[in-house]
Amino acid sequence: MAATVTLQIDGQSITVAAGTTLLNAAAMAGATVPTICYHEHCTANALCRLCVVEVEGARVLAPACVASVAEGMRVHTRNERVERSRRTILEMLHSASDVSEAPEIQQQLDDYHANRERFGGGERREAEVIDDNPMYIRDYSKCILCWRCVQVCAADAQFTYAINFSGRGFETSISTFFEQSLTDSSCVFCGQCVGVCPTGALKPKREWLLEQGQAPADILDATRGPGKKRRERK
Amino acid sequence: MAPTASSSIIHLTTAAQPHIDNPGHSGLLPALIKAQKQNGYISKPVAAEIARVLQVPLAEVYGVIEFYALLYKEPTATRVIRICGDPACAIAGGHAALEAVCASLGVSPNTATADGGFMVERSPCLGLCDQAPASRVNDMALGCIPVAVPAAIIAAKSLAKPAVVGGSLRHLTRRCGTGATPSLAAYTTDGGYSALTKAVQQLTPAAVIAELKSSGLVGRGGAAFPTGVKWESAANASGAEKYIVCNADESEPGTFKDRILMEDDPHAVLEGMALAGYACGAQRGYLYVRAEYPHAQQRLAAAIAEAAAGGYLGNNLLGSKFCFDIELRSGAGAYICGEETALFESIEGKRGFPRVKPPFPTTAGLFGKPTVVNNVETLCNVPLIIGAGAAAYRMHGTEKSPGSKLFCLSGDVARPGLYEVPFGVTLRTILDEMAGGVSGGTLQAVLFGGAAGAFATAAHLDVPMTFEDLRKADLPLGSGVVMVFNHTRNLRSVLEGLAHFFAEESCGKCYPCQLGTVRQHEILGRVAAGHARAGDKELLADVGWTMLDASLCGLGQTAATATLSAIKLWPELFAPNGQAQTARTS
Ligand SMILES: Cc1cc2nc3c(=O)[nH]c(=O)nc-3n(C[C@H](O)[C@H](O)[C@H](O)COP(=O)(O)O)c2cc1C
Ligand code: SF4
Ligand code: SF4
Ligand code: FES
Ligand code: FES
Repeated sequence: MAATVTLQIDGQSITVAAGTTLLNAAAMAGATVPTICYHEHCTANALCRLCVVEVEGARVLAPACVASVAEGMRVHTRNERVERSRRTILEMLHSASDVSEAPEIQQQLDDYHANRERFGGGERREAEVIDDNPMYIRDYSKCILCWRCVQVCAADAQFTYAINFSGRGFETSISTFFEQSLTDSSCVFCGQCVGVCPTGALKPKREWLLEQGQAPADILDATRGPGKKRRERK
Repeated sequence: MAPTASSSIIHLTTAAQPHIDNPGHSGLLPALIKAQKQNGYISKPVAAEIARVLQVPLAEVYGVIEFYALLYKEPTATRVIRICGDPACAIAGGHAALEAVCASLGVSPNTATADGGFMVERSPCLGLCDQAPASRVNDMALGCIPVAVPAAIIAAKSLAKPAVVGGSLRHLTRRCGTGATPSLAAYTTDGGYSALTKAVQQLTPAAVIAELKSSGLVGRGGAAFPTGVKWESAANASGAEKYIVCNADESEPGTFKDRILMEDDPHAVLEGMALAGYACGAQRGYLYVRAEYPHAQQRLAAAIAEAAAGGYLGNNLLGSKFCFDIELRSGAGAYICGEETALFESIEGKRGFPRVKPPFPTTAGLFGKPTVVNNVETLCNVPLIIGAGAAAYRMHGTEKSPGSKLFCLSGDVARPGLYEVPFGVTLRTILDEMAGGVSGGTLQAVLFGGAAGAFATAAHLDVPMTFEDLRKADLPLGSGVVMVFNHTRNLRSVLEGLAHFFAEESCGKCYPCQLGTVRQHEILGRVAAGHARAGDKELLADVGWTMLDASLCGLGQTAATATLSAIKLWPELFAPNGQAQTARTS
């Protein structure tokens, strides 16, 4: 295989290493391709499809985060066809999940002139906040199913496998074994999932309690682990 | 039987191990299916025990249980009555039957009667569309259920007639529709296994592939990929471990061809798989059959045992150096597992999420190894081609679409059934001359290719049924579905029903389909209810094109083709308050 590949991105010719993703090639060509599910340190599963671009001659749009460059490819990172998909995905996402605490998605909604009310009245992913441990809360009405938490809990980082999915399709949710409490699961409270969650669905408990208007002293009491206080230890 | 708490504990200590025949992750789905069969559901302790023995993380076991519609984590009922709600059955009274059965048992759908005796569910297409409305009570398939007599449905009485198998050519279906499944002896007497014998004794694998390529056979599972080319690339792939997978997940609404082939001619499927194994250098085949086909599974299991005993499967088969085994696998209620990479995930014991392609199956498929996956009908063509030669095979059909094709006729047609014809006959010939024409009125529409297909009208009756002509007419051949709707049918309800199917069956992996199938269903729901809003047509077009253009797999990419074709043909269906002035609403 040739070491480099030359292709056109938005009319501009560019030569990149073979195997480069369209996302990275576009960045080198100075084009910004929006992403949601993609995360540098997680397996890319091409879920959100916000990064789709048009490759001339292809039947459907290509997800830039996983699609590789090919010799002679002609790529359009933002045309009407691409915008239609991106805008509709954003509108539908906004109609299903609470993305109010996801500033990047808010920005993307604006960039693509998405109508936030377009799918108003549709079924939403409503869920009660799960407050079952002293470390973090889970508010799955904010979940956009980016899979990052599942992946860092599993083979992308922690190899703990405490969480996976329940349901399928629109009804999918992130879940422990038979919805058991995280404290009964294999969770080691490493916090990696909280770190990669883009929407505030997973949130440190202290931050959440502050938002609920609790006093800092009460919060400390509520979130201290079950063990003895440090200064009481011998 | 709904087990008591104590019986599930007994189960844990005495019966958990027998669930498990296959070690490791790949044994997960078979183990869960076995547990489901024994207890009617999979309790938390049983799931935990299975996880422990197979060494699969607990959360993943739960994820798998939750993915498949026919695995339950709570007790069900002694008798689970599933009534098909997809279009061929819906227009024959499927919804009414479901309501009547629920009313007569005094329950709502998906909840068991107080004594745990019965539970009623709406089912996706059961592959009995020629006998609509169809139902399944536990493992019993019931066709032509009496809509007005719920007691008969509850008692699992069927009025099914023997399947109609017809058409102007009887190559693939020569042994089908007789009411008897040929034994190994009957199959070999009829020339069966002679192609396999010829191949392993006289032909090199390369010669088998060459013959297949010159036959022009393309896949019958929907994507129409040239079979010989697929085999060649698997044969050329590096690595000694390779697999053949027969895709018998047939769940496309309106499709029942593979069921009839498997039930009536199981050895032909096995022979096709063994030939694929020989040509590609694979030693193992997996035959993945949807859970809703227990009858086909039984006959295939019996045929596999017979073939192995007869030396047609196993080590050094027919005295050659070639070794080939076939393992039968069952699905557990998920249309998406017919998508080839989701099917691999399912065999590997995972949720049936389609994979990102590339890599393609022929380089990295099942267990990451080079894999050929073919449809049942595709594989049944192979013994014919190798037996008689490509030239003889090409005597039928057209230059670009050689051979014969199976069509599944259902809906408003006088003689619904399976019809085999050479490529090139027109829809009119199949519909009017073979199947007796439209019943109950005049032709309004044909759903062509399946739920993932498109609508045709009387204007398409003279299109020759070939890949090339259908492509020109913008009609996907799909899985050979011809579902007929007469002029009295409400197409808005039909569209709503199709949208319901996709919303239920989306795996949820990618956003366009996960969200779009639900939004499409909601919009078509209000259109069908006569509450279309201004702009709904444009909304449907945006959702539809986004699913088509941006979805990860073929499910999302085709979840709106029927809707988009309807928008083109009958834009007035989607107009606000349009229900008052059009005829298509009765
Ligand atoms: C959602 C979905 C469902 C599918 N279901 C089936 C099926 O039930 N049977 C089948 O043979 N192919 C099915 N396919 C097509 C397979 O992915 C694959 O193309 C086919 O099995 C290849 O075999 P062939 O080349 O013999 O057609 C499905 C595809 C999609 C996207
Ligand atoms: S909880 Fe957060 S990280 Fe996990 S899938 Fe949902 S949005 Fe992604
Ligand atoms: S298109 Fe639908 S079925 Fe296919 S991966 Fe996406 S969500 Fe799953
Ligand atoms: S960023 Fe590429 S699919 Fe989500
Ligand atoms: S069995 Fe009802 S539509 Fe196929």
